[in-house]
Amino acid sequence: MRKVLLSSFIIVIGFTFIGRLSYLQLFSFSPDQILEDPAIKTVYDYPERGYIYDRNGALMVGNQPAYDVMVIPRETKTLDTLEFCALLSISKEDFVKSMKKARRYSPRLPSVLVPQLSKEDYASLQEKMRKYRGFYIQKRSLRDYKTNSAANVLGYISEVNETDLRTNPYYRAGELKGRTGIEKQYEEILRGQKGVKYIQKDRFNRDIGPYKEGKLDTLSQLGKEVHVTIDKVLQEYGERLMVGKRGGIVAIEPSTGEILAMISGPTYDPALLVGRDRSRNYSKLHYDSIAQPTWDRSILAEPSPGSPFKTLNALVALEEGVISPDTKFTCYNGFYVGKQKKGCHCGGGVRDLNSGIFRSCNAYFAGTFRKIYGKFNTTDEGMDVWEKHMKSFGLGGYLGVDFPTGRPGRIPGKEFYDKWYGDNAWASSTIISNSIGQGEVNVTPIQLANMTAAIANRGYFYTPHLIKQIGSTRNIDPRYTERKYTTISPQHFGPVIQAMTNVYEYGTAKWIRIPDIKIAGKTGTVENFTKIDGEKVQLTDHSIFTAFAPVDKPRIAIAVYIEHGYYGARYAGHIASLMIEKYIKGEITRKDLEKKMLEKTLEHEYAKPFSGEPFKINEYVW
Amino acid sequence: MSGSSILRRLDWLTVFLFALLVFFGWINIYSTTLTENANSIFDFSTLYGKQLFFIGLSMASIVIIMALENSFFERFSSLFYIISLMLLAGLFVFGKTIAGATSWYDFGFFNFQPSELGKLTAALALAKYLSDIQTDLRKIKHQWYAVLILVVPIILILPQPDPGSALVYFSLFFVLFREGLPLQYLGFAILLILLFVSTLMFGVIWVGIGLGIITSLFFLFKKPTFKVPTLPLVLFLICCMGVSLSVNFVYNNVFEQRHRDRFSLWLGLEKDPIRLEQIKKTIGYNTYQAEKAIESGGFIGKGFLEGTRTKGDFVPEQHTDYIFSSVGEEWGFMGTTFIVLLFSLFFLRLIHLAERQKRSFNRMYGYGVISILLIHYFVNIGMVIGLLPTIGIPLPFFSYGGSGLIFFTAMLFIFLKFDAARLSEI
Repeated sequence: MRKVLLSSFIIVIGFTFIGRLSYLQLFSFSPDQILEDPAIKTVYDYPERGYIYDRNGALMVGNQPAYDVMVIPRETKTLDTLEFCALLSISKEDFVKSMKKARRYSPRLPSVLVPQLSKEDYASLQEKMRKYRGFYIQKRSLRDYKTNSAANVLGYISEVNETDLRTNPYYRAGELKGRTGIEKQYEEILRGQKGVKYIQKDRFNRDIGPYKEGKLDTLSQLGKEVHVTIDKVLQEYGERLMVGKRGGIVAIEPSTGEILAMISGPTYDPALLVGRDRSRNYSKLHYDSIAQPTWDRSILAEPSPGSPFKTLNALVALEEGVISPDTKFTCYNGFYVGKQKKGCHCGGGVRDLNSGIFRSCNAYFAGTFRKIYGKFNTTDEGMDVWEKHMKSFGLGGYLGVDFPTGRPGRIPGKEFYDKWYGDNAWASSTIISNSIGQGEVNVTPIQLANMTAAIANRGYFYTPHLIKQIGSTRNIDPRYTERKYTTISPQHFGPVIQAMTNVYEYGTAKWIRIPDIKIAGKTGTVENFTKIDGEKVQLTDHSIFTAFAPVDKPRIAIAVYIEHGYYGARYAGHIASLMIEKYIKGEITRKDLEKKMLEKTLEHEYAKPFSGEPFKINEYVW
Repeated sequence: MSGSSILRRLDWLTVFLFALLVFFGWINIYSTTLTENANSIFDFSTLYGKQLFFIGLSMASIVIIMALENSFFERFSSLFYIISLMLLAGLFVFGKTIAGATSWYDFGFFNFQPSELGKLTAALALAKYLSDIQTDLRKIKHQWYAVLILVVPIILILPQPDPGSALVYFSLFFVLFREGLPLQYLGFAILLILLFVSTLMFGVIWVGIGLGIITSLFFLFKKPTFKVPTLPLVLFLICCMGVSLSVNFVYNNVFEQRHRDRFSLWLGLEKDPIRLEQIKKTIGYNTYQAEKAIESGGFIGKGFLEGTRTKGDFVPEQHTDYIFSSVGEEWGFMGTTFIVLLFSLFFLRLIHLAERQKRSFNRMYGYGVISILLIHYFVNIGMVIGLLPTIGIPLPFFSYGGSGLIFFTAMLFIFLKFDAARLSEI
């Protein structure tokens, strides 16, 4: 017993060791440990990010070199701090702070000391750099905006965050990624593929050549350029018109569904989100909770559509055969729902389809709306038919734009009203506001523009999109080249379009005609309520306008939505008119009209509810 | 007795195994300490060059040992023991502190660690005392004397502090067990360790439940004729529970935080991932890096001088206590298994040699040598591969270090000399 005690210990120890070693070296061993191996440096080669061009080939976004001053704390020697700080134009405190931070991060790995030097600073610094051991300059590429507009469309890029790192294995900490807009939507195309090099380091942390003779290395692939459907000139012009106003403009080419302009006001210069002041600017924009410059109203705002929606109600009624263009309704400067009178500004009298639209008669459309429901035995059936027709115009659901954000708007259905009023506790008279585009219908500006394009095309549209060309190929997603038909037969569009033309000839928009261009349009004035201290308060109406031109061969369909702009022909109508002229003629002939629009602002309107004092709304003088 | 005859009788198998261990040790020291501007392996400014010099000194010590009288070591063992105790005590005054431990005398070119000498002399002194015709290990008084021989150097070493070396002296208890110290002591020690670890891992309640199950199993399967001594059994169980109950107190109040960290890392007690990460980066850093390096070697290893982590100096103290991680990375599972087998064979051979001694002094000394070498091997590799908590002692014949190599060699060859001379002695 005593003689074999030690021997058995030795054997047990031997087996235990070999067992543990097989666990470590055979079971836990994974042959692909390069990324974890601290002795192998992984160097990434980042390709240049793809450029973004507008529909006419004008450069919107390029790249510019930026120069970061890097430091490897362990390799620094004592230096003339004052001189060095003067060269970098930073204060000594900042220098000490950054150095401390870099050292805390890692004494032997490079950290950014001063990010994104300007070209001028770089030039002066470059010659003296070798005096300072442990510091070097690293070039990197930043976005360079060739336009001060379209910030909402183009989007911005920023460093990847924890979530990106977790969800997408492609990204490593510190890399850039498209965060919004085109930059996000076409991220993979624009960024290309980074290349990887593995380098074996020796014990002194120096490179001693490629790991495994570079067999595992990959080459980078350049990012492709992207051509968008935006017309840079139109976009810039629209943003100039929007100065001092809040709202959205969307212009679409009806024959293709290409988005010509997508403007949100207020907006900001995209260059603000590049460079050293990026984070300061970003917080300023992000925390402006009143004007909300980062909230893209062109695609996210969901106002009631107002009177432009009447054209759809007319089309539905025609399709269902409940009216003909000659069907007449009498307007008593309003109409009655039960004993309650609802007003109308059309002037009163007998209205047919034509004058009902161009004078925007509420009584006419209330009657039409009732007739649609009157055709069916139950309100539910009528609701289903109405809802189906409306949704065929791309309303009440996501359009499928190639854009990272969007809103569905709302076309209320029977479920909605059953929930609201109770089962069968509502009728067409209850929801009569929908006839004039008030009520429960909500539409985003881009849906409004798309709906207008569908009317311009007499019954179909293409899903609105921003992509025109990727690299040198014109092949874009077939989703965007496929016609989507509405449920309305083409012959019904004629009378409606004629009436919309008359809006300019005789109707609500006759003061904003454009010489030599025949336009069809529709004004909209939307009641606007808000809550101040929990109390419902009415504010100045929203101004809405939809139009397309030329009528015979539409090249542009546009929707303009201006918050607190009062009646449709005022701000929205003026802006739409100028946008159409700019796009079709390339220049503005009505200089005084243009001047007026560029100079007017609505800031005083926006300030009213915050003033704390009583205020007037819908003021006649402007 | 001529020199040639002793060479003929030397156990060349052991010498061969010894040479292999030293050779592979140096190869790995070379790989871990290679600097790119040294071109000669005899460059004494490099660590591998110095180690080569230490190997030379060890060879010289072998020659001296072979030239000495056989009885020299036995006769002067008490004197050596006293001298080494004095040297250990002298550290309190003249000691040089390296890495927080005052364990060295500074001789300029190299630092001398008296605890290494102490291991040799303690083995000699213990053998001397036990082989005395009047010593009877069954007597409590003699047990105390024997234990005292081991405990005095431990008391001198612990405050340095050098718990690793102190642990080595405990290994000499194996000699006592071989020579008749009741095995119950060993059983109690093992039981104590088991109780301690299992209480930390599972808590007092589970230990109680476990003891209950074992006791009932014992009653279930005992021979019907076997009469259970009830009172001692009850007392024993109460003692066990008492130990278990006191573990938490000792752990939380006697242990310091760094000790607790080591235990919690070893037994996987820490559940908070942030704290665990922190432990891994501080106290567990060496073990973590060593394990990673060994793991990355795979089955066949990365090849000599090809270990990326070895080259990059990622495992701290790799040429001394963590030398085995270099074997793991560069030579893979084949290399590590080979070294483990080599050591096992070496120890089994030494046990065989010890058992064939006619003189009890020789046998007892042999067991002392084996115990000392074995505890180094067990604790060092166990620590490097993450089986044992971090205790800094070198791997014999392998790790870089002059005192270690020379005294291990001397210790071994004194025994080999006894073995070679066994036939010419009465």
